[in-house]
Amino acid sequence: MQHVELAWVDYAILLAYTAFVVGIGFALRRYMQTSAAFLMAGRSIPAWVTGLAFIAANLGALEVIGMAANGAKYGIMACHFYWVGAIPAMVFLAVFMMPFYYGSKARSVPEYLKMRFDERVRCLNSITFGVMTMMTSGISLFVLADLLRQLVGWNFHLCLWVASAIVLLYVFKGGLTSAIYTEVLQFFMIVLGFAPVVYLCLHDVGGWDKATDALAQVAASPQSLDLAKTNFPPNAWTSCWASMSGAQNNPMGMDWIGLTFGLGFVLSFGYWCTNFLVVQRAMAAKDMTAARFTPLIAAVPKMLFPALVILPGMVAVALAHIGKDGFTLPKKPIEPVAYARAIPIIQQAANQHTELETVFDDISKAVGLPLSRERVAALLHDHAEGKLSEQELKQRLQNAVTENDYNNVMLAMLKRYLPPGLLGLGLTALLASFMSGMAGNITAFNTIWTYDLYQAYIAPNRTDDHYLWMGRAVTVVGVLASIGCAYIAKQYGNIMDLVQLVFGFVNAPLFATFLHGMFWARATAHGAFYGLLGGTATSALFHGLTIAQGNAPGIKGAWLAHLLGAQPAHVFQSEMAQNFWLACFAFSVCFLLTLVISLGTRRAKSDDELRGLVYSLTPRITDHGLAWYKRPGVVGIVLLAICVVINIIFW
Amino acid sequence: MGLDIRYPIGIMFAIVGALLVIFGLTTSGNTELYRRSLGININLWWGLLLLAFGLLMLFLAWRAKCRVQQPGAETQQK
Repeated sequence: MQHVELAWVDYAILLAYTAFVVGIGFALRRYMQTSAAFLMAGRSIPAWVTGLAFIAANLGALEVIGMAANGAKYGIMACHFYWVGAIPAMVFLAVFMMPFYYGSKARSVPEYLKMRFDERVRCLNSITFGVMTMMTSGISLFVLADLLRQLVGWNFHLCLWVASAIVLLYVFKGGLTSAIYTEVLQFFMIVLGFAPVVYLCLHDVGGWDKATDALAQVAASPQSLDLAKTNFPPNAWTSCWASMSGAQNNPMGMDWIGLTFGLGFVLSFGYWCTNFLVVQRAMAAKDMTAARFTPLIAAVPKMLFPALVILPGMVAVALAHIGKDGFTLPKKPIEPVAYARAIPIIQQAANQHTELETVFDDISKAVGLPLSRERVAALLHDHAEGKLSEQELKQRLQNAVTENDYNNVMLAMLKRYLPPGLLGLGLTALLASFMSGMAGNITAFNTIWTYDLYQAYIAPNRTDDHYLWMGRAVTVVGVLASIGCAYIAKQYGNIMDLVQLVFGFVNAPLFATFLHGMFWARATAHGAFYGLLGGTATSALFHGLTIAQGNAPGIKGAWLAHLLGAQPAHVFQSEMAQNFWLACFAFSVCFLLTLVISLGTRRAKSDDELRGLVYSLTPRITDHGLAWYKRPGVVGIVLLAICVVINIIFW
Repeated sequence: MGLDIRYPIGIMFAIVGALLVIFGLTTSGNTELYRRSLGININLWWGLLLLAFGLLMLFLAWRAKCRVQQPGAETQQK
């Protein structure tokens, strides 16, 4: 990838942004007198601030990059992650679950689990959550540093350390309050930084109608852009539901049952309703009403984000199909070591006029990526005719790669449309999305560590000053651990797979535990603990026995079947289908196990102890007589109705 | 908490907007530079929008502050 040149104004914008986020941290430092102020923002923040922070913490760099990638790969179906996979769960969190989280005075999600069940459930949840946050934060750090290296040619290590140092600085100074406040600033930065790209790319392709026409032709022959191997109905890239009747009809390889249950119910509720990273923002709100309105306020931008992050990916595919100004989808870059392996083979083959058939496999293997047969043939032919320089050889070999680098789609669009000036703004938006995600992970991690692990098991009954000190210290540890994970991710290659794997294993069964815990007083600690363990084990087992089409056994699944020397129990159309069905199974096992074990064990907590923690034992919050827009239930229904309408429009 | 987040947001976007406007004005007519953005001087226009957004934020923060100072008007301060 060719680097872009930055002008003085680009640096000035980056600098202004950095100065302000760090400045917010310093402005808040004098309020950080207690551990509650540092780790819980003193429960004093208005709803619009926590709401925007709620959504910004989720809108990390992985989300922005990944959703543009999904937009290119799956078309408008990527919107399911928003309209099916987020809004209903956010409304449920606001209306039904926030009263328990906020009302119980728990300081974290694991602490709620302790109050409702017992220490074991809390311990299990906080450890898995802690590991998960550090991994995601490390991976997004790696992705950011790698993107900046490719785009502007900055040093990878420098990007990695400087970006995390900035996050460390403002979280260390101002704690959760500073993370939340900067997330609001970052929210606006992300929206206003990426919006010009959306406008320009739509303008360039000739409007939405032109884009859908092009995408219909793409769906009829996705091979031409190396998007898929089979043909789809013409609406596959442009309609959300019409092509969901069968897994073979859409590029996602999903049918509507797996999607609505797996993504829309299990994964989405598991993430939005139990993940402390987002729930923590709502818990920092100043009162119960503000806490309940946090996810509702967040739902409004969430519903509109597909236009910001998915649309550019879709338009990129349309542009590549039209071939406007020679635009192509970015291809996977060839590593320097791979060049070193492949170039000698090509030299030799060209010198000896070897047949393509005999060397093509060797070259592909040396490059490590799928190649176009015709382009390699032409390359060999031209090289035999007249010597090409090494630079030309490399260039032509890179052009022969057929595997799309979807994660680079967003950057390709930034590079294509933004002149110096706005390019700086776009880069700042990317940086902001990364920082909001990382700060979210760090603040969630330090609260869980300090309150749920350190105070609970390692050093109880210390002074509050001690815990404040611990919260600060563990902020540093968290940032260092993220950096460590980033280097692991750099070594490990297929990083997104690993995140998804861990996310699926841990998250899928969790919502079943919360559902029992909040709505069924009879659920016992034994039931919850063993149900959760059983659910996670089911995830691992399911993943070990099944695989998606075209994947080799290993990290992508079927490792257990492979170890036993057996065939995978089931082969899915796509990895996504495998993930969603894994979630369905893990959830069901956790749900049933908790149910059965609870019925067979004695309740350890009395009704009195469960007041405020379980729906049937908690007095309802009455909001009759208030204006409709001040009642979470009514606002939730309005939001759901709007969401349904959007789904119908893009049916 | 004693910080109205709208102040830093407003000031920052006003500064960034002003930078873009200045850069857009100094580079206007540079067709080479704006070929990427389809011939539109997007720096100037987007800079103006950011500047307006920043000033709006500052105005909202300033208005909220005035309301707090008037006794009996706290209830509206959400």
